[in-house]
Amino acid sequence: MNIYVLMKRTFDTEEKIVISNGRIEEEGAEFIINPYDEYAIEEAIQLRDEHGGEVTVVTIGSEDAEKQLRTALAMGADKAVLINTEDDVEESDQFTTVKILEAFFDDKEYDLILAGNVAIDQASGQIGPRLAEKLNIPYVTTITNLKIDGDTAHIERDVEGDVEKLDASLPLLVTCQQGLNEPRYPSLPGIMKAKKKPLEELELDDLDLDEDDVEPKTKTIEVFLPPAKEAGKVLEGEIDDQVKELVSLLRNESKVI
Amino acid sequence: MSKKIVVFGEVRDGELRNVSFEAVAAAKLVSEGGEIVAAVFGDGSLEKAAQELIYYGADRVVTVQNETLKTYTSEGYAQAALAVIEDEDPEGIVMGHTAAGKDLTPKLASKLDSGLISDVTSIEVAGGNVVFTRPIYSGKAFEKKIVTDGLIFATVRPNNIAPLERDESRTGEITAKEVEIKDIRTVIKEVLRKSTEGVDLSEAKVVIAGGRGVKSKEGFEPLQELADALGGAVGASRGACDADYCDYSLQIGQTGKVVTPDLYIACGISGAIQHLAGMSNSKVIVAINKDPEANIFNVADYGIVGDLFDVVPKLTEEIKKLKVNA
Repeated sequence: MNIYVLMKRTFDTEEKIVISNGRIEEEGAEFIINPYDEYAIEEAIQLRDEHGGEVTVVTIGSEDAEKQLRTALAMGADKAVLINTEDDVEESDQFTTVKILEAFFDDKEYDLILAGNVAIDQASGQIGPRLAEKLNIPYVTTITNLKIDGDTAHIERDVEGDVEKLDASLPLLVTCQQGLNEPRYPSLPGIMKAKKKPLEELELDDLDLDEDDVEPKTKTIEVFLPPAKEAGKVLEGEIDDQVKELVSLLRNESKVI
Repeated sequence: MSKKIVVFGEVRDGELRNVSFEAVAAAKLVSEGGEIVAAVFGDGSLEKAAQELIYYGADRVVTVQNETLKTYTSEGYAQAALAVIEDEDPEGIVMGHTAAGKDLTPKLASKLDSGLISDVTSIEVAGGNVVFTRPIYSGKAFEKKIVTDGLIFATVRPNNIAPLERDESRTGEITAKEVEIKDIRTVIKEVLRKSTEGVDLSEAKVVIAGGRGVKSKEGFEPLQELADALGGAVGASRGACDADYCDYSLQIGQTGKVVTPDLYIACGISGAIQHLAGMSNSKVIVAINKDPEANIFNVADYGIVGDLFDVVPKLTEEIKKLKVNA
């Protein structure tokens, strides 16, 4: 099977967000593979081990994303592709990203494309379905189980807590939800091998695109932090009295019950 | 400048979801006085749902009834939605940011080569632009976005934009549209209902969440009883999910769901930054935890230091008394 994984480099979930000069400060922040994309990488590796074939992990970004690509290779992916847009793309949105990916996949053969169901930074959840539409292949989002049987994928997906079981035909794009698998940690031999695995770097030119083709449709005009939540009132006294006081506060002060 | 906006409503178990009314209210803001055309899809009668959409502010409703639209599929719903969009040629589209909304709208936006601003929590018109506010980094920050080219297309997060007052005196045309739906490449075999009591976590007004302190699967029972008493839903921290006390679909946090209920009661949750990201924009937060140093108390409006297995059942009793007396 020819398997591709769409990966995004994101802030570590531990990071606090700091804004300077109207932008989110990236200096000094730790970056990771978007956690939902880790499920996608793990699933891709397992499917390849079962059915044979090759796993290629693709990301769009700057050279900094090489580190996360190497991690994916160390987990067991076969190849990595960095579409480096650092010099060409100043402003982007999901339209931009998918325009680039569409061009990338134009001459590729694929049975399965996996992505995270959402990235924990921008959280648009748009890239998978948007790309599937452009490639004219079906897609299934928020999957929690995947079995491939010939040209058919047997899938379970999470729909707001319910489980939907469905079949879809390959080629297919899926987006991965928590619960799909337990992503592995790269092993030491894995890390050593990853250094020798191919990591291809492309720019817009290589995809026959120029800046105008990928002009975004939307624009961020401001980024701000929510007002800091202040610690409230810790109740005192006997538990029974605290419970009564709490109910009274919820009813009369904050009026939520 | 007034704009015509199409709203895709969502019917579940024969009823419109509340977020559909919120989407109509959002569309009103985007439209700046223009026409609101709502559309609903399904396999049964949609007359009642259409009427409700009019009571809640839609000017007109288009229904598409087709047996393939019984359950949501991206391909079936996209064909119905695109047929409506083609007829109406709107300047904007709004839908709820639900499982179906998240799945459908990117496909439509891609087909229409348009932008899409998803998971919007507030909308204002400023400086000639419709400005959408949405959380990023799971609510650790927010961004304001505008559309610079083409359709104004957005999904709205449940529970954030208040629906308009229901008004039965409102009238509007309801049109049934025939759409031929074909070439469905995904086939739904079965849907296993797991969500409790029909209250969906992301739409719930009250969320009772449990963490490692719940200690077991059974430990969630008193939380469910409290949720039932308050008409809310049960959620969980990653710790509780990882320990297999509950299903991952209940997880709230940076990985997992982001919720913004009116009332969030955190039981035995320490309050890791990843969890706070998923719930700290709730209107009122109550923390119940044995450890007075737990980080969750730093974001809680009210805290009780105590054993959740002592506190939660007592709280349920008090709530029940209140409901009886009310």
